[in-house]
Amino acid sequence: MLELSLNHYLTVSAMLFALGIFGIFLNRKNVITILMSIELMLLAVNINMVAFSAYNGDLEGQIFSLFILTVAAAEAAIGLAILVVFFRNRGSIAVEDVNVLKG
Amino acid sequence: MIEVLFFYLFAGVMLASSVMVVVSRNPVYSVLFLILAFFNAAGLFVLIGAEFLAMLLVVVYVGAVAVLFLFVVMMLDINFAEMRAGFQKYLPLGLIVGGILVFELVLAMYGDAFGGKTAPVVSEIANTTRLGGVLYTKYAFLFQLAGLILLVAMIGAISLTLRKRAGVRRQIIAEQNARRPADVLEVIKVPSGKTPAAANAGKAEE
Repeated sequence: MLELSLNHYLTVSAMLFALGIFGIFLNRKNVITILMSIELMLLAVNINMVAFSAYNGDLEGQIFSLFILTVAAAEAAIGLAILVVFFRNRGSIAVEDVNVLKG
Repeated sequence: MIEVLFFYLFAGVMLASSVMVVVSRNPVYSVLFLILAFFNAAGLFVLIGAEFLAMLLVVVYVGAVAVLFLFVVMMLDINFAEMRAGFQKYLPLGLIVGGILVFELVLAMYGDAFGGKTAPVVSEIANTTRLGGVLYTKYAFLFQLAGLILLVAMIGAISLTLRKRAGVRRQIIAEQNARRPADVLEVIKVPSGKTPAAANAGKAEE
């Protein structure tokens, strides 16, 4: 307990990931909060990667975490842009309104 | 010892602010708690010896992604209280699924699968130097690809949200540049004692 181990970091990241999933279940009407929950889950994955990378003395995990960050940023930008366009067209961002593919 | 203390501080604040992200009534508060969670995750990264990723998390996530979220939340005119209908209904299901997930993950972790690693491998060279050495040689192609992904995302986001509104006066720079003095400027000689308007009228009569 008084010494940090790999399991400490893995436990924290598991809890963070579960919180992200919990958020998706809880706010299933609000797309913005769902996107934020996805960001939390990606953060949990990053913590996992970095923890394994540090405890194994292998940099690959940190490199991979870097690319996850890149893709997450791109995903957030595109997702929010789609959200803004959808709000402009329909005047709502509720998930149950998203049922027509044609703009 | 102090390391452990900081670990629990960062992890505790991060998890608490993540809970607030999920359950907060106002999405603006959610975004602000998300920023707090990212800061504490950066603290955890520093603690584990990944300084470069910690900086990246602060710069990219707090500086760009979270602010983007904040802009969008403030831009959209939505009654967020209405969206929370059914919040209590989904609470038990979410708790059950999340609880099972944590239970499974922790069970897997303490099943001695990872050989009980207790100390991180410490290197003489700084983390950023080591990352740079690998990133620009072995992973140079992937690095370029990441830049390409960001470019595509940027162009996609701009072209999605750009719109041409009807009935808005816009600046047309080409037309402005094409104006010649001869087309738009007229020099009128004004005799003394007459107003320019009168001089103009006299000229029209001629």
